[in-house]
Amino acid sequence: MASGEALKSLLTRALSRRTLLRGGLGLGALGSLAAAGCTPLRAAGGVVAAQDGAHALHAMAQGYTQTAGILMGLPPEAPEPTWDATTPMDILTAYDYGRETKLPNGKTLREYTLIAEETEVEVAKGVTYPAWTYNGTVPGPTLRCAEGDRLKVYFHNKSRHPHTIHFHGIHPANMDGVFEQVPPGGSYVYEFEAEPFGVFLYHCHTMPVKKHVEKGLYGAFIVDPPTPRPPAKELVMVMNGFDTDVDGENEFYTVNGIANYFVDHPIPLKIGEPVRLYLVNVLEFDLINSFHLHGNVFKLYRTGTSLSSYEVTDTVMLCQGERCILEFTYKLPGKYMFHAHQSEFSELGWMGFFDVKA
Amino acid sequence: MAEAQTGGRSTIGREAALRGFGPGAMALAALPLVLLAAMVYVFAIWGSALVGPAPVPPDALGKLDIERVTFRPGEIGVQVVNSGPAELTVAQVLVNEAIWSFAIDPQPTIPRLGRATVSIPYPWLEGEPHAIRLITSNGLVFKKDVAIAAPTPEPEPLFFLVFALLGLYVGVVPVYLGLLWFPVMRRFGRGAMDFALALTAGLLVFLGLDAVHEALDLAGRVPGPFQGFGLVGIGLIGAFLALVAVGRRTVGAQSGRSEAQRRLALAYLIAAGIGLHNLGEGLAIGAAYAIGELALGAFLVIGFTIHNTTEGFGIVAPVARHGAALRHLAALGLLAGGPTILGTWLGGFTYSDIWATLFLAVGAGAIFQVVFEIARLPGREGPGWLAMPANFAGLLAGMLIMYVTGLLVAA
Repeated sequence: MASGEALKSLLTRALSRRTLLRGGLGLGALGSLAAAGCTPLRAAGGVVAAQDGAHALHAMAQGYTQTAGILMGLPPEAPEPTWDATTPMDILTAYDYGRETKLPNGKTLREYTLIAEETEVEVAKGVTYPAWTYNGTVPGPTLRCAEGDRLKVYFHNKSRHPHTIHFHGIHPANMDGVFEQVPPGGSYVYEFEAEPFGVFLYHCHTMPVKKHVEKGLYGAFIVDPPTPRPPAKELVMVMNGFDTDVDGENEFYTVNGIANYFVDHPIPLKIGEPVRLYLVNVLEFDLINSFHLHGNVFKLYRTGTSLSSYEVTDTVMLCQGERCILEFTYKLPGKYMFHAHQSEFSELGWMGFFDVKA
Repeated sequence: MAEAQTGGRSTIGREAALRGFGPGAMALAALPLVLLAAMVYVFAIWGSALVGPAPVPPDALGKLDIERVTFRPGEIGVQVVNSGPAELTVAQVLVNEAIWSFAIDPQPTIPRLGRATVSIPYPWLEGEPHAIRLITSNGLVFKKDVAIAAPTPEPEPLFFLVFALLGLYVGVVPVYLGLLWFPVMRRFGRGAMDFALALTAGLLVFLGLDAVHEALDLAGRVPGPFQGFGLVGIGLIGAFLALVAVGRRTVGAQSGRSEAQRRLALAYLIAAGIGLHNLGEGLAIGAAYAIGELALGAFLVIGFTIHNTTEGFGIVAPVARHGAALRHLAALGLLAGGPTILGTWLGGFTYSDIWATLFLAVGAGAIFQVVFEIARLPGREGPGWLAMPANFAGLLAGMLIMYVTGLLVAA
């Protein structure tokens, strides 16, 4: 009997806890209503936000709280997305510079629109994957700007799950894409000054982050130095993997989204042509990735935050989320392979060819 | 058909039976079938709309079973069956964690319960493990790990001979060795003979249980839709009842034959039952040999030889008292042991878990039927004789002999 009483009191406590949470949710719903008028609402953090950090993040991912700055629907002033790359070859040389205007203070304003949605993407010949994408591709648009530019990124969530954009680089805490969870149908405007120059990335930071990144919510983010780097043929390679059977291991390893794509479609280069490669590693599950260039060496600029090269080498190892810039020139014609120097990655799709011609 | 079945009944009964199958009754009988067909049609057209959306799309639950992996010079062959709820398309093939080129016959899209053969030009290494992965267009991965790659035997004269020898050692020779007890048994009195028959029954009960166990084991490996457990039931009961029908016409008391003839018929039944069992055993041995699992073959052959010698004893026990012509003994040995050779060929060249399960179950059913016949034989009034202490001891001794000789096979 005594244990029965204990159980009853436990149940009562659990119930009141749930009621409290529901109350929090109600408050959130009220907040959304007010926000629907596109007025940024400075609402106090929800009930759950008062708890410790990790709990608060989990709760926010479930939409229990209303956070400042979350809008419903895409703001009308957002520019049309211009990203039209579809193949890995397109992504290799496509840059999204955003809508460019001059601010009264003489600085450049760049406005981008990123839309999170659920898209079936091809990850190896004949194999599709139910990805979560920014603007329809994995990786998403390569956002490009110069140091000191004012950036406004209109983010709209058209998927069934909450998402954010977390940029690497310097910016205010509320532009970091960690606490401001954007619910399905919601929007958020990230606004900050691009600094410092270098090659960065952006990705969703909704918990569980591993899931949101492995599903494809990431892209390259290039900040050029105030004085541009010397002219070169510029390429972007985002190294990633896909876990098609959801067992916590990658079935395929790719650059720019499709396994072995650059084996079937070698990248044309010219003898003597300077090449600058922006390399981003967004591989999940495997701790490191690498890039090895055949028949050549390259100047390595770690993270691209300095204009002087770190070393001259033929292989570079990158941890999850690490980036670098590679500069090289081919002297002799022919087909040269590039690949991860982890053979198990290269033979599961992370390899390709440069086709160097006179 | 109806007339034949009712032939012995009264005229009234016969008319009633005929009236029962008039056009009206036929239509009534067809009605449920027509309605069923209509329902199937409606569901086929409207699909899941009639029951609401499925919580998980059927192709996400897809399943491919890799039934057999063959290793030929420079090529790995993969025989695959789609045992899932929806068609699947094989889009990529990995061997030892590397994407590999492949060809697939007849086509990459495999319908439900359909089969295909994937050919992978791969420089496989003898004696090393090989991990095969088939990745479908929707990203599912189906795996088969081969512990040790060994060249797959081709159906060429040499291997026919090798398998024939294997079957000969394991099945035919032991049975004939057992038959050599015949002259000794001829001197047995009634009591000793009953003991020998009880011993035979014991041997067979053990053999039957062993076959059921093996069949159920294999049934677990049979792809889901092919219902391995159901196959065991069909094989077991089907074989049992079919042989009971045969037995009733040959061994049964009403068959109007002499005691000697009935006992010879029983010997043939036992030989046939053991033969069916040995077919399944041969299948298993041939398959194991083909994939290199019988690398320590000699030891296993010794075990099977000793184990199966007891089978020959069982065959001749019923005919010992009345005697049998030499040609009958030769035929009995061939009937019981010969199928082993057939089994090793089938198992070695075209192994399938489905067929092996069915064969083993049929063998088990056949053996239990033989036990049934033996139990009914001596007193003709029922199986009570087996409960007598001496005979019961014989039964138990038979099972124990099988158990002890079985220890040799387990190695």
